Amino acid sequence: MRANEDRLRGLLLLGLSGDARAYGDFLDALSSHLRAFFRRRLAQLPDEVEDLVQECLLAIHNQRHTYETDQPLTAWVHAIAKYKLIDLLRRRASVDRLTEPLDDEHDVFSSADAEASEARRDIGKLLEQLPDRQRLPIVFMKLQGLSVVETARMTGMSASAVKVGVHRGLRALAAKIRQE
Amino acid sequence: MKTNDLVTMLATGPAPGNAHAPTYRFVAAIGWGALGASLLMAILLGVRHDFADAMLRPMFWVKLAYVVALATAGLLALSRLSRPGARLAGAGLALATPVLLMWSIAAIELAAVDAAERGTLVFGRTWASCPMLIAALSVPTFAAMAWATKGFAPTRLRLAGAAIGLASGGIAAVIYSLHCPEMAAPFLGLWYLAGLLIPAALGVLSGPLLLRW
Repeated sequence: MRANEDRLRGLLLLGLSGDARAYGDFLDALSSHLRAFFRRRLAQLPDEVEDLVQECLLAIHNQRHTYETDQPLTAWVHAIAKYKLIDLLRRRASVDRLTEPLDDEHDVFSSADAEASEARRDIGKLLEQLPDRQRLPIVFMKLQGLSVVETARMTGMSASAVKVGVHRGLRALAAKIRQE
Repeated sequence: MKTNDLVTMLATGPAPGNAHAPTYRFVAAIGWGALGASLLMAILLGVRHDFADAMLRPMFWVKLAYVVALATAGLLALSRLSRPGARLAGAGLALATPVLLMWSIAAIELAAVDAAERGTLVFGRTWASCPMLIAALSVPTFAAMAWATKGFAPTRLRLAGAAIGLASGGIAAVIYSLHCPEMAAPFLGLWYLAGLLIPAALGVLSGPLLLRW
């Protein structure tokens, strides 16, 4: 568990310093841990697991600036995962289905589950609902891998508007997930 | 979209590390909130007429230090509670210290006078309006702080709401202390604190609604 904390934290710190590959590895490992964490706690609602994993990944990405580098990563991830889980249960007004206590923060990295089931909600479809000034920068930069300059040329937007568009678009996406 | 594709999408593109904490939002919230409270006070109340004389009295500065310390403690708690999993690290102590110090001064003041005069020290002339006015002046800062907190990720929404209330009430009390003629420690320890606790209670009630993300 301690090893997971160190490995994941190392990847995140590399990612935050600009290493996209390490950041991808971080999110990938994180999604396995989140999946196992939610599967155990949503035994009655297995269909919700993958949606919640995705919602959490997007939340963690959008809120990555709230991670303080001297803080245990486990505590940060656990607080977000627990918050999103309780938020989901509240939304479904089914807190009573919660069978296991949520209080052990060291639990979140103790197991991993790499086997993703199908998400029911399609984030790709939600993406299509975003306005062009947010959708196009995300499609060109984050799905097709173009650079800021190329995206700016393709869309006729300024480079800073492109970056703002990605940032705001991902936040808008997270908001759309919650409104569903 | 599959989870793997989402991971790829999030990791692709502009450097993942380019997101900076929007700390400026808190600074802006303090600035706009204090400005709003000052305008409200200028319109509704005005500065105390003996302001120049009051500034010469040590108790004026003790009172100012008290409310500044309370506002700072509220802000400290809020900055912790806006981050998932962060420990409260001394925020409770920072809050309790000015209150306990003021209560100690109050005890000394109360012990030094006759029983008949104690009521004056506790209630002053404005006890009924003081907490309400502080709560009213806290409204602009409360709104601005809630907006600033939305740029972060609070996970304990009622506590974060309470911290927003304490911080905005503290800033309101700083502004209000420039109007308020009361100088007795028992009054400050009781009614100023009540003025902070009103927005704090509103924060506890409204936190889950205002701060969800």
